[in-house]
Parts: sequence; structure tokens; C-alpha cells
Amino acid sequence: MRRLLFSMPALLLAAPAVAADLHVTVQIPQLDVAEYHRPYTAVWIERGDHSVAAQLAIWYAQKESKEGAGTKWLPELRQWWRRGGRELQLPVDGVSGATRPAGEQKLNFHDGKAPLGDLPAGKYELVVEAAREVGGREVVRLPFVWPASAPQVLAAQGSSELGAVKLDLAP
Amino acid sequence: MKKQSLKWSVLTLALTLPFAAQAHKMWLVPSATNVSGADPWVTVDAAVSNDLFYPDHMPVALDRVIVTTPDGQTAKPENGITGQYRSVFDVHLIEKGTYRIAAINGGLFATYELNGEKKRWRGDAANLAREIPAGAKNVDVAESINRVETFVSNGKPGGLALKPEGKGLELVPVTQFTDLMADEPATFQLLLDGKPAVGLKVTAIAGETRYRNTQEEIDSTTDKDGNFSLKWPHAGMYWVNASTQDDKTSIKQAKQRRLSYSATLEVLPQ
Repeated sequence: MRRLLFSMPALLLAAPAVAADLHVTVQIPQLDVAEYHRPYTAVWIERGDHSVAAQLAIWYAQKESKEGAGTKWLPELRQWWRRGGRELQLPVDGVSGATRPAGEQKLNFHDGKAPLGDLPAGKYELVVEAAREVGGREVVRLPFVWPASAPQVLAAQGSSELGAVKLDLAP
Repeated sequence: MKKQSLKWSVLTLALTLPFAAQAHKMWLVPSATNVSGADPWVTVDAAVSNDLFYPDHMPVALDRVIVTTPDGQTAKPENGITGQYRSVFDVHLIEKGTYRIAAINGGLFATYELNGEKKRWRGDAANLAREIPAGAKNVDVAESINRVETFVSNGKPGGLALKPEGKGLELVPVTQFTDLMADEPATFQLLLDGKPAVGLKVTAIAGETRYRNTQEEIDSTTDKDGNFSLKWPHAGMYWVNASTQDDKTSIKQAKQRRLSYSATLEVLPQ
């Protein structure tokens, strides 16, 4: 037992040397509403003080328009907007993309590579925010510790605009 | 023209009233406080009313409205219309940063007696001597500065429009005006002639007063640095107001100076 306790910090220290992965699954629920629009969705990682550690994904209308391809409505993602969305020069390679249909959307990120980059060891929150035209808005938060010492699956459940949000951490 | 002057006299009354009864509130309400996109605009309602924010009394004169752009230039409101109860205008937010949209009213108020009759007069210093008859008795002149504002940010808040002018009561952000969230306390600084306004009461009232039975005022007091904090109980458009009076008049005939500041600030849900 004593041996095991001592070896754990060693394991934590060793982890960053291996290419750690982070897999996010965002479920966009099927909604039975009169007027359906795909949600604008943002996925990012926050530090304890709510500052942004990494912008992972932003999905919004990409169709060219007078209003700048849907960028007019980005402040509807209120938390994302104030937490740094408004400082981004969109589109951002590998981060921004088209809105996604209902279903499970999978995203894979690798330590050391954009957009995740080098995430120092520590406590973080994965934040997923969705806002839908003439619909609702929801934020789902998922606290996690980086890097994981062992493979780990964390999950949180949205109640309206988001379904299950899963975070797979690979050490 | 007659109607116009009647309106001005009502406005005079409305602006004198806050010291007595807090009856009419003057406000500017923008359609959004955070905008983005290639060509953002907001539309603004401007009125004096009892209920927040329902135009039920009189419009704000458009020539009183000044838009300050993030680089510190002034711009005129666009597409303005003045109706019976409100004025409406647009602001084209071409630059990134925070725009200040303000309606500034000021001038002199005089009350006097002529042949035993009580009279009121409103105007500026240049006309004071000419317009108050020589036989007037008990002439009481007061000066006023009333600033009514709201703020809209295109992208990240900031810029020169947030710089105080150093005249009358003004609000300076510690927490950005367009960055307010329910359950998160916000701190601002109140200035009087550019210096911290110490020990002044500040009141915030959420809009939609029509749909509740009480005003639900939130009060705060400025500290030695002029700072005060407000905690918003829920999301909504809030009317924040402070007023004071002193004797620092700009003309010798006026014994008293009345100052008032109001801002419409949007608080978003978490």
C-alpha cells in the first residue's frame, strides 16, 4: 500500500510525457418544436478563474451573408462571448465550423497540438454552450483534472438544448 | 410649435421632480448591448415615463442625444423619429469597442413671482437676464445637469467613449457596463466633476415594473473612492440612478446646482 501511494505522484509526473488525448462527445438533442434551427455551439476549457485555457470548437452558420456569415448572432452564446469569443478573429482554423445536426458529435484533441495546445497540469472545466435561434440556451460544465492518471470518462447531462456531454481523458 | 414648448415645460417639470417625488424616469433602451458581425446596428428607444421601460409620458428630444464612438468621436443618432411617447433612433456600430449613447439635459430653472403670480422659466444663462421681467420678486435660479446613458459594445468592451468628461455626475466602469450577469456583483465608480462622488446613494431598479407590485429597488452607497457595487437579483434591463445637489453653479445668479445621472444597463442570465 505504501509503495502504491508513493508511486502515484510519479505516475502523474510521467503522464505529460505521453501524448495525452482528450475526446469530447456533445449530444445535440432531437427537438420537436415548430421552428427548428441547429444550435450555435461553443466548446472551451476554463481555468479556475474562468479564463479560457483553450477554445476547442465554435459552430455557427457559415453561409455568406450581409451580416457576416452568422457572426451577428455569436453574442447569443453569452458566456462564451464574454469569456473570450469576442476576442477571436473568426473563422479560426480547426476551431470554427458549421452548425451540427442533432446527434452525437465527436471531437478529438491531442496534447501539444492546436487547438488544445500544451495544457499545464491542473484543475479545469470543460464548458459547452448552445444557443438556438427562436429556441433556448444552455451551458453544461464538466470539471476535470489534467492530465488524467488513468483513462477516465466523465459525463454531464444537459436538460434542454444539450444532451449528454462526455469527456474521455486518455493519459 | 406650441405643442413643442408645452413638451419642454413638461420635461422641465419631469426633470425637477426627481428631487421631490422620483416620479418620471428618463431612459434610453438599446435593442442589444453586445453586438457582433460584419455590419452591426442597434435601435434605441428614448422616453420619459413612470414605468420602466414602457413609454407612457413623453419622448426624449433627439437633438439631446449624443453618441460617442469607441475612438472618442461624436456621432449623431440615425433614422430618428419622435412619436407621442417615445423617440426611436439607430446607432451604426462601425468600430470595435464600447459606444456611449447619452441624452444630456441641462440649463437653468427659475421660479419667481410677478404681480402675486408664481411663474416658472427654463432656459440658458444667455437668456436669463432678458427673460425674467424686471419686476419679478423672489427669483430663485437653479442650474441642472442631467445625464442619461446606455452602452453598447461591438466585440470586446473598451475605448475612449468610457472616458469621463469631468462635468456633473458620471459613471466609470470597474466592471464593464456591457458585461453584467445575474448573481455576479458589479462595481462602478461615480464621479462628480471628474472626482470621486463620495457617500452618494445609488439606486437600481429592474425594468418590467408593470409586471410586479413593488419597485424592488436595490440600493448602494459610494465609498471614499466613489466606488459602489450592485448585485443583480435576476437578468433584465436595469435603470441605475444617482442624484445630488450642491452650490457649485457656473453662474452667480444660480444658488443651487442639481445633478442627476441615470444609466440603462443590461444584465444577462448565467
